[in-house]
Amino acid sequence: MHSASGRPLSLAQHEQAFASSFQITSLLDELDASGLTGRGGAGFPTGRKARLIKEQRGHNKFMVVNAMEGEPASHKDQTLLSANPHLVLDGAEYLAASIGANNIAVCVARDNPSVVNHVEHAIHERTRRSLRGPKLELHTPPWRYVAGEESALVHWLDDNESLPQYRPSRPHILRIGHGPTLVDNAETCANVGLIGRYGAEWYRGLGTPDNPGSTLVSVTGAVNHPTVMEVELGTPLRAILAAADSDPDPRAVLLGGYGGSWLSAAHLDVAYNNEALKPYGVSAGAGVVVVLPKTSCGIVETQRIVRWMANESARQCGPCAFGLPSLAEDLTHIAHQSRDPRGAYQRLGERCSVIEGRGACRHPDGVIRLVRSALEVFADDFATHLKGSACAGSRSQRHYANVPSLEREEELVWE
Amino acid sequence: MGVRRRSGSFILQVNPILCDGFGHCAELAPELVKTDEWGYPILVTEPVPLSNTGAYESARYAERGCPRQALHIHRISEKKPH
Repeated sequence: MHSASGRPLSLAQHEQAFASSFQITSLLDELDASGLTGRGGAGFPTGRKARLIKEQRGHNKFMVVNAMEGEPASHKDQTLLSANPHLVLDGAEYLAASIGANNIAVCVARDNPSVVNHVEHAIHERTRRSLRGPKLELHTPPWRYVAGEESALVHWLDDNESLPQYRPSRPHILRIGHGPTLVDNAETCANVGLIGRYGAEWYRGLGTPDNPGSTLVSVTGAVNHPTVMEVELGTPLRAILAAADSDPDPRAVLLGGYGGSWLSAAHLDVAYNNEALKPYGVSAGAGVVVVLPKTSCGIVETQRIVRWMANESARQCGPCAFGLPSLAEDLTHIAHQSRDPRGAYQRLGERCSVIEGRGACRHPDGVIRLVRSALEVFADDFATHLKGSACAGSRSQRHYANVPSLEREEELVWE
Repeated sequence: MGVRRRSGSFILQVNPILCDGFGHCAELAPELVKTDEWGYPILVTEPVPLSNTGAYESARYAERGCPRQALHIHRISEKKPH
C-alpha cells in the first residue's frame, strides 16, 4: 500500500484509502467477535488481553506498540510501518481508548533509522492535526533479540534497560511506573485499526472460522524473491513458497522465527495457521518462513542460529546464560565432527530437558524448541555426521538462515 | 513457627534472575532441589503436600538460607470438601 512516490501514506491519503461508514459501538466486543490473535508470536487473543488491562485500576495506563522486530528473518513490522504507519497508529488509538490509556508508546529499534523517520513523521502529522486524545510518543530501544519481548520492552520504557522481568504467575500485569500496560505487536495494531473501521464481520471474511483474517509472512532463505506478503490464514504453505518463487523442492522450512521449529518438506501441504500446524508441533509465530534447500546441512544452519541466539541471551538467568552456549558448542562438535560428536549428541538431548522452562522469559525455551525440531527433522543428517563423514551441505559456504554477525559480550548494548 | 497447616500443598519457586547459583538450597533442601551442571537449582515442579513436614521444614531453611533471597515458597490452599 505504498503511495506512488514510495513514501508511506500520509494521514490524508490514509483516511481517504480507508474511509468507511461503519460505526463501531464497542471495540472490545468487536475484537472478541473477530477472533483476532496477537501477531507477535504467542498468538494470545487480543480482545481478552485488552480486557485484562481494562479491568485494572490505575489512572495512568499505557498502550505500547511493539515494532521491535527482534527476529533477524522477519521484516513485517518494518514493511508495515514504512507502507502505512497510520493504520498501526489508528489501531493503537482504538486500543488506548478502549482500555482507558492516555499514553501511547511506539517502540521501534534504533538500528532502523528509516522506519524511525517514517513513524516520527506520522506522529508529527497526527499531533499537528489535533492534540486531543492520548499522547503519542516514539521510543527507540536498542535492537536486541530479547528487547522485543514484552516484559523487556516495558522494562526499557520504565527503567531504560532492555532486560526481561521475572513473572512468577501468569497472566502478569506489566506496569510502567504504576500504570498497567498493554503491549501489542504492530501488525496486531494494524488489524485492530481495520476492525475498528470495518467491523468484525468484515474481518471474518478472510481465513478459517478458527483462525480468521490475514497475516504478514516474511519469506527468506532459498527463494528468488525474499518478500513480506500478506496471506490469508489457512493458505497452503506450498502456495506461500510458490508466491515467493522459492526452491520448488526444499528440504525443510523454519516456521515461527528463530525460536520456532523446523518443518519437514513432507508436510508442505499443511494450511498456514496455528490450528493446522499444531499437530506438527509448529506454530506460525511471528510469521517467519525460512526455506532450506536439499543441498544444505540442517545441523550447520541450526548451529549458526543457536550460536547467535546464545549470544543474544540477556545473561540474567544461569540456565540460559550457560546452557545456550553449551548447546551451541554441542551442535558445533556434531557439525564439524570435532571432539567426540557422539557424546555431544547425547548431551544435547539431556541439556535440552535440563534447561527447558528455567528462564525468566521464553528465550531458552524457543531455542530448545528449535534444537528438538532439528533433532527430529534432520535425523538423517545427524546419523551421517555421527558416522564420521561430513555431509555435502556442511562443507558449502552458503548459508540460508540470515544470522547477524556475533558481537562480543562487552559490546552488547542494553540501554 | 506460627500455625501449622496440614491441608494444602506448596511449591518452591526460584527467581532465576536473582539466582546466582550459590547452591545453598541444594544442601539445605536436598529432597526438593537438585543442581544442574552449572550449579543452578532444578526444583521439584509438582506441589508437595504440607503434611510432609520434613520437606516443608527444609524448604523454609532453603528459602531463608538463600544468599540472594531468590527462593519463594508458594502455598497452594486446598478447597475444603463440604
